[in-house]
Amino acid sequence: MRVPVSWLREYAELPADVTARDIARKLIAAGLEVESVEAVGQDVSGIVTGQVLEIEELTGFKKPIRFCQVDVGEAEPRGIVCGATNFTVGDRVPAALPGAVLPGGFAIAARKTYGRVSDGMICSEAELGLAESSPGILVLPPDTPLGADFVELAGLRDEVLDIAITPDRGYTASIRGVAREAATAYDVPFRDPADVELPAETGESYPANIADPTGCDRFVLREVRGFAPDAPSPLWMRVRLARAGMRSVSLAVDVTNYLMLELGQPLHAFDRAKLTGPIVVRRAEPGERLETLDHVVRELHPDDVLITDASGPISMAGTMGGLHTEIDEKSTDMVIEGAHFSASDLARQGRRHKLKSEALYRFERGVDRELPLVATHKAVRMLAELGGGEILPGVTHAEAPVETVTITIPADHPDRVAGVAYGRDTVVERLRDVGCGVAGEGALTVTPPSWRPDLCDPNDLAEEVIRLEGYENIPARAPRSVAGRGLTPAQRLRRRVGRALASAGHDEVINYPFVSAADWDALQLPADDARRRALRLANPLTEDEPFLRTTLLPALLRTLQRNIGRGLADVAVFETGLVYRPRPDASAPPRPPVDRAPTAEELAAIEAALPDQPLRVAVVLAGHREPAGWWGAGRPATWADAIEAARIVAGEAGVELEVKADRHAPWHPGRCAALFADGTLVGHAGELHPRVTKAFELPARACAMELDLSLLEPKASGTVVAPHIATYPVATQDIALTVAGHVPAAEVEAALRAGVEAHGSGELLESIRLFDVYTGEQVGEGNKSLAYTLRFRASDRTLTAEETTAIRDAAVAAAAERVGAVLRGA
Amino acid sequence: MSAPNKSYDPVEVTALHPDEVARARDEALAAIAAAASLDELKQVRLAHAGDRSPLALANREIGALPPQAKAEAGKRVGTARREVSEALKARQAELEEERDQRVLVEEAVDVTLPWDRTPRGARHPVTTIAERMADVFVSMGFELAEGPEVEAEWFNFDALNFPPAHPAREMQDTFFVESEDSGLVLRTHTSPVQIRALLGRDLPVYVVCTGRTFRTDELDATHSPVFHQMEGLVVDEGITMADLLGAIGAFVTGMFGEGLKTRFRPYYFPFTEPSAEVDMQCFVCRGASAEPGGEPCRTCRSEGWIELGGCGMVNPRVLVAAGVDPERYSGWAFGLGVERTLMFRHGVEDMHDMFEGDVRFTQAFGMEI
Repeated sequence: MRVPVSWLREYAELPADVTARDIARKLIAAGLEVESVEAVGQDVSGIVTGQVLEIEELTGFKKPIRFCQVDVGEAEPRGIVCGATNFTVGDRVPAALPGAVLPGGFAIAARKTYGRVSDGMICSEAELGLAESSPGILVLPPDTPLGADFVELAGLRDEVLDIAITPDRGYTASIRGVAREAATAYDVPFRDPADVELPAETGESYPANIADPTGCDRFVLREVRGFAPDAPSPLWMRVRLARAGMRSVSLAVDVTNYLMLELGQPLHAFDRAKLTGPIVVRRAEPGERLETLDHVVRELHPDDVLITDASGPISMAGTMGGLHTEIDEKSTDMVIEGAHFSASDLARQGRRHKLKSEALYRFERGVDRELPLVATHKAVRMLAELGGGEILPGVTHAEAPVETVTITIPADHPDRVAGVAYGRDTVVERLRDVGCGVAGEGALTVTPPSWRPDLCDPNDLAEEVIRLEGYENIPARAPRSVAGRGLTPAQRLRRRVGRALASAGHDEVINYPFVSAADWDALQLPADDARRRALRLANPLTEDEPFLRTTLLPALLRTLQRNIGRGLADVAVFETGLVYRPRPDASAPPRPPVDRAPTAEELAAIEAALPDQPLRVAVVLAGHREPAGWWGAGRPATWADAIEAARIVAGEAGVELEVKADRHAPWHPGRCAALFADGTLVGHAGELHPRVTKAFELPARACAMELDLSLLEPKASGTVVAPHIATYPVATQDIALTVAGHVPAAEVEAALRAGVEAHGSGELLESIRLFDVYTGEQVGEGNKSLAYTLRFRASDRTLTAEETTAIRDAAVAAAAERVGAVLRGA
Repeated sequence: MSAPNKSYDPVEVTALHPDEVARARDEALAAIAAAASLDELKQVRLAHAGDRSPLALANREIGALPPQAKAEAGKRVGTARREVSEALKARQAELEEERDQRVLVEEAVDVTLPWDRTPRGARHPVTTIAERMADVFVSMGFELAEGPEVEAEWFNFDALNFPPAHPAREMQDTFFVESEDSGLVLRTHTSPVQIRALLGRDLPVYVVCTGRTFRTDELDATHSPVFHQMEGLVVDEGITMADLLGAIGAFVTGMFGEGLKTRFRPYYFPFTEPSAEVDMQCFVCRGASAEPGGEPCRTCRSEGWIELGGCGMVNPRVLVAAGVDPERYSGWAFGLGVERTLMFRHGVEDMHDMFEGDVRFTQAFGMEI
């Protein structure tokens, strides 16, 4: 809502010396969101009113050019060249004289053009900053004084407050509402533009009735006959409309818009000649259509509230009029509608038809139900005055009864909300400032004014008192300390995981969760892969990426690529975030009423309708893990680094990962590890498939890991029990085992451990460490040699060589039995 | 060791003969003097002063002497050993001094050589600042509450007093999960967690929530379709706006330091009534830039104040929908944008930096913020 300060001052008697910025500050403090204060016309000067005395048509140019003699109230007329033709001798016009400045700092000087010296410029509305474009120059009324300062005369200098209307303050979508707030803020008198004396009832005007009182509870029609369709809107009205950001269309339209801005009541004008039969306000019937003013034929919905006549729908109530009953350049007889519609019905209607209009904007925020009679009366009076029409005496007034809202509050309710002792008198006074009726001896019975349909609850009233007394006067009370339990183990784990991965050289990134089906192809996911079953957005930002991620990898791989593209060769990045896995059998969640808590069943049904949203962590790497340098060669990032990243994460949870070879997209089938925690598959890691690195334009042998943190969290180990530190000497045994090349190292180690266990010496085994892997002639084709150091230690004695050798032999025997290992050098 | 000497003749023990002792001492002293390095001296020490050195062996024989001979032999050997020991000590000091003067200098390396062999990672500043913001409340005893990102409309809107089709819903450009009447949305704010916290916990409730939120804004310098919010919620008996202001003050102190003022401006949110937007005094210029003649301030654009977030008293309708008796309990809620906070607290100028994943951006922030 753009509010010209000059218009505001007409109804709020603000002190002459307060600036627009002051007013804005006060209004902001009162709860109006003033977004900007714009000075308009401040730089415009040197424009005077003149009269065209002579017109000389210049010929020989591509377009008609006139050289005019214009009397600007000086001794001699001035000669001015003009390219417009919409004026005649005797017309009064605004003329910018040499030295004048037009909006935008456009300076006017005498200049030679079309073979004449033009001693100024005759101005159009566009040039005066009153319209986007103008077909010709601005012709002023014949009674305009000559030689007057046009800027002053037309009120071009003004300041405009741009106010964003919050949904609860529909009444401030009008000069009336803002002026009321300004008057309260300055404690000065407010003159209500709606305060007009209505004529005595004199019977009906155009016949109308309300068939659906749930959609409309007041419907008023007035009529004007014999209106001059070409009557221009007065300059003052056009200036105000322009300042408020509205285009001047025609007198009839301008009057309805002007009154809507001033009062907040949307009005609609029908061409009387295009109406057939009585008007009925009702819902749409099946199959009905209406072509609206924007030339769109709309299929109407049974819930749409309509204005209809014998021909069918003629207007979508409070939203947009119909094309076929619109007033046009020949309309002389008009029916003016002012009505009060259901805010929620109209809001839904606008949404359904994706329609926005100034009228709808106000109706869905709540319009004063007492305005239709006033606004239609002002409208017909202005149309008659400015357009020469005749007001028909009848008033059609259909209405449905509505209940008066009253709210009862303890007189100290605002005090208890704010934590401030206002006292009863202040509370009553402030509620009356807002326009409420206040009664009651003990508790207060409050009747909100008709223009405040947003006031429904005790806290709404508390807010009115508190804001008018000033939010700045609320004291701060030091927070009370409560006995909290701190972060949960899962929350602490997530922080540790982030720190551990970062400490190990990975950089955290945050990606959007929007993905495309092409991403799954790029990952080489099989057609039946669960990750292809994704939630789709009804209104994605781009149609290319309508899905919600089921894996963190695609976006992470693109981020990796972006970094490489920016010249960073060695990159390791990680992300922690939710993925979204739809439940195949989910149905839409129930929407319980909100006047009570949902039942356990309702809550369970809502939860069941939500997708599974596990927390994942993923790492992708390319280039070197350790760079080359003066110390020597670098170490490329490999599949092992990806698995190590998973181990780092699991380690923070106190979980030991079991690694098994797997084939799983998007990984290299021979370099992919499935990761298990306590027998549960929790993720994968390894080198990416060459097709994947190609699809994502990554260097060969880029690696990745993705782990489900939600699965790890419950497995996280609890309280650590301190280990007993034995101080007896360690005994080590080195062994080299030859096994077939395909035997996984993890199985060999498991066999060794099992052998030690079987020997009954599990407690003595401190560690097994693989220190060498060898393939070559010495171990035979297709075989490999794995060399281990076994460390033993007892807590109560020094182990003898005989003891440790016996344990070692048991371990080797188990490896021989389980994985066919042969002790080398034996 | 020899057997006890029955003839009581000290001369019979060769090792204790004065000449032998003198010879052993002289050899030791010569070897010590000849040791050219600390390593050599270590060998010399072993050979001439160790357990198996001639003097040590001689010393053991003393016990076998008759009492009258013990004293003399003991004195003789003891003197020799002391001389050797002192010589060793002196030579040790000499050689150490020499090492300090020469060898360590020769071992010098260029310690200015770069060593960027171990890569260092960093956490995303949105993550770390969200943790820090939450921790201000956690340290006051609040618990960290959570909720899903794909959320039921009932939690995201209905229970928060957004009636269907109310213009308030349009204040939040919502991503709907297909189809549009699926009843599921990407949560537009962290406020549904308020409802979850109230339904899932015993009163009183003191919680803070940080999390990812979504609105259909295109990514530009100041907007992102994915962003993060932090939200605090208190529901207890006798809670007032004064408590809200006090808590926000504590938050501002925790994040930006002591002595900064805060102010409320009336505003509208469906889930709070009364509602306010809250500003804090600029922590850089402390309001000076807005005074006449003040130096311009980039952080607050010379307004002196920075918009912090939205807040208010929990709308009693919200309490009802969450099963809380509004006659007995009242509460406050306070929320703000994590990215926005990061932007003004750390001078991040473009939202793109936070979501493009350029590691150079992340690395600037380290592990904590």
